[in-house]
Amino acid sequence: MGRKLLLEHINVPGINTFDVYRSKGGYASVEKALKMTPEEIVEEVKKSGLRGRGGAGFPTGMKWSFLAKPEGVARYLVCNADESEPGTFKDRYLMTYIPHLLIEGMIVASFALGAKTSYIYVRGEMMPQIRILERAIAEAKAKGFLGKNILGTGYDLELYVQPGGGAYICGEETALLESLEGKRGNPRIKPPFPAIAGLYGCPTVVNNVESIAAVVPIINEGGEEYAKIGIGRSTGTKLISAGGNVKKPGVYEIDLGLPVEEFLYSDEYCGGIANGKRLKAVVAGGSSVPILPANLFMKTINNEPRLMSYESLSDGGFVSGTMMGSGGFIAYDEDQCIVRNTWNFTRFYHHESCGQCSPCREGTGWMEKVLHRLEHGHGRMSDMDLLVDVSKKIEGNTICPLGDAAAWPVASAIRHFRDEFEWHVTHGAEATVRNFGLAHYADPLPKPEVLA
Amino acid sequence: MLRVEDAQVSVEFSPELLNKMADAVTRYPEGKQKSALLPILHYVQAEFGWVSPNAMDQVAAFLKIQPIEVYEVATFYTMYLLKPSGKYVLEVCRTGPCGVVGADKIMDHIEKTLGVAEGEVTTDGLFSWRGVECLAACGFGPVLQIGPEYTFYENLTESSVEKLIGDLRKKKD
Ligand SMILES: Cc1cc2nc3c(=O)[nH]c(=O)nc-3n(C[C@H](O)[C@H](O)[C@H](O)COP(=O)(O)O)c2cc1C
Ligand code: SF4
Ligand code: FES
Repeated sequence: MGRKLLLEHINVPGINTFDVYRSKGGYASVEKALKMTPEEIVEEVKKSGLRGRGGAGFPTGMKWSFLAKPEGVARYLVCNADESEPGTFKDRYLMTYIPHLLIEGMIVASFALGAKTSYIYVRGEMMPQIRILERAIAEAKAKGFLGKNILGTGYDLELYVQPGGGAYICGEETALLESLEGKRGNPRIKPPFPAIAGLYGCPTVVNNVESIAAVVPIINEGGEEYAKIGIGRSTGTKLISAGGNVKKPGVYEIDLGLPVEEFLYSDEYCGGIANGKRLKAVVAGGSSVPILPANLFMKTINNEPRLMSYESLSDGGFVSGTMMGSGGFIAYDEDQCIVRNTWNFTRFYHHESCGQCSPCREGTGWMEKVLHRLEHGHGRMSDMDLLVDVSKKIEGNTICPLGDAAAWPVASAIRHFRDEFEWHVTHGAEATVRNFGLAHYADPLPKPEVLA
Repeated sequence: MLRVEDAQVSVEFSPELLNKMADAVTRYPEGKQKSALLPILHYVQAEFGWVSPNAMDQVAAFLKIQPIEVYEVATFYTMYLLKPSGKYVLEVCRTGPCGVVGADKIMDHIEKTLGVAEGEVTTDGLFSWRGVECLAACGFGPVLQIGPEYTFYENLTESSVEKLIGDLRKKKD
């Protein structure tokens, strides 16, 4: 069983209140960090090997060390709690049940970065979580952990919660900053990066909820201890949101490096596929990452067991691998239709495109139309090449990575499930009433009893 | 889309609403009061059930920005309702992972139960419904939310949806 660094106390009654959280060792990292220098804190985070948990996996310590520090200019820490990537629901879970962990991490991180005002940008749909965070902030402030002269150290910090207005694109960090400035969520052209010119043109760090929360155990136990967990450059623990057709959907904290087979089939985690069905495909890191058929997902192309780590999941590149992304794990059983799912995701990206770049705005629209006709039995054999062609023309040609995020799921679905797409063309009428099924993808499947 | 006929509706901001607006602008540095726009539009919608052109003009005046700066934001973000809707707007997640566990059936069932198409209001003015994108609750799908508190209802079934609608119908306030 893996160690729980973030969720250890999640089931303690009242852990959402300051007093109970404190009685379980909460806010110790603030006491410790305020006795360190900001540079020492950044150093610990570097040593921990923590990589951003929002999707891109960029080393957090390095990001912090890039922050510009011009004299007399405010610096900001903004927490990205926009969590809109389909398949991902870990941040909402963390904020709902253990909000003080995020507040604690925000205080330590703000101190390390020299921020005197910090914001948690929460997607507007999470009004209940916004209330929860505001209550937690008020509690922490009443106890002297926020506001003026924190714990008598002379450090001042104000922490505010900002609601979004419903837009996936505001998860992209520069769109988020635009939104926080009260504007439409149009991503900015980079450079300049937020570390140089972010919120209000000032140096800014944007970090995911889970990244900020992970700073707490890193400071408490030291970066080196944290780095002992995991495998290779995938250090520490990771929250995985498990959904789709698994027996036990939910948020799990795993040690990075856990074999995917164990994650999927052991009772400690997903408990296998629901209703005794077989696994057909997996989206391992949220809707933006390539979808893999079960056989490619369980083992790498070299026939080694695949692990839940940044490196192992991407082993084989886009030919036979995928990505860790934000840890939004979606399992598809034998009854699911890949064409329908691809159409649904593409509809999502088309809907969520901010519209600034023509390849993204128009390309997602065209892909949606073509996928719609394939799903509804009016497709053509040339459609698959057409889709790949459009996806290639989006990829790499846009201001922000939403374009890539829209292109990859389509390209990978056609790469791995072309026969299912073709069947939709050759069996147009039938495809509207039944699904293609499992074909050869599920092979080989592990036997649950072997795993005990 | 903003509709011309809605521009005729004028609204009066309550003292509580104005207080909340004044409080919101204190969260940002001097001169950056425009940052309060998204939170303020949520307050406005919670008070009136939608965001009318007249309300937006008042928000613009309050924040000392141009009305167009408010319109462009209100039309960009999906949560802001730009026309009067039912008292309860059932917002059902229609994205992939919820689709895998039956979101389509739930939306069909809501449509049948309420007897109105997506975006329309029931004749008693109580309900509207619409499909929305992933609500970060994918493991507990299908899900729907109801503003202005954005309460979540998870693991929906046809009967749980019927019960929910029935309960809301009976609710008096
Ligand atoms: C379209 C798009 C959506 C994104 N959505 C999120 C999100 O919801 N939450 C998040 O933390 N990061 C999201 N990101 C990644 C952020 O841009 C950014 O990399 C991240 O917040 C950095 O934090 P981290 O280094 O702690 O991961 C998104 C990126 C893109 C391109
Ligand atoms: S890639 Fe799409 S979402 Fe990103 S800036 Fe361009 S149009 Fe907007
Ligand atoms: S797909 Fe419905 S909540 Fe994520």
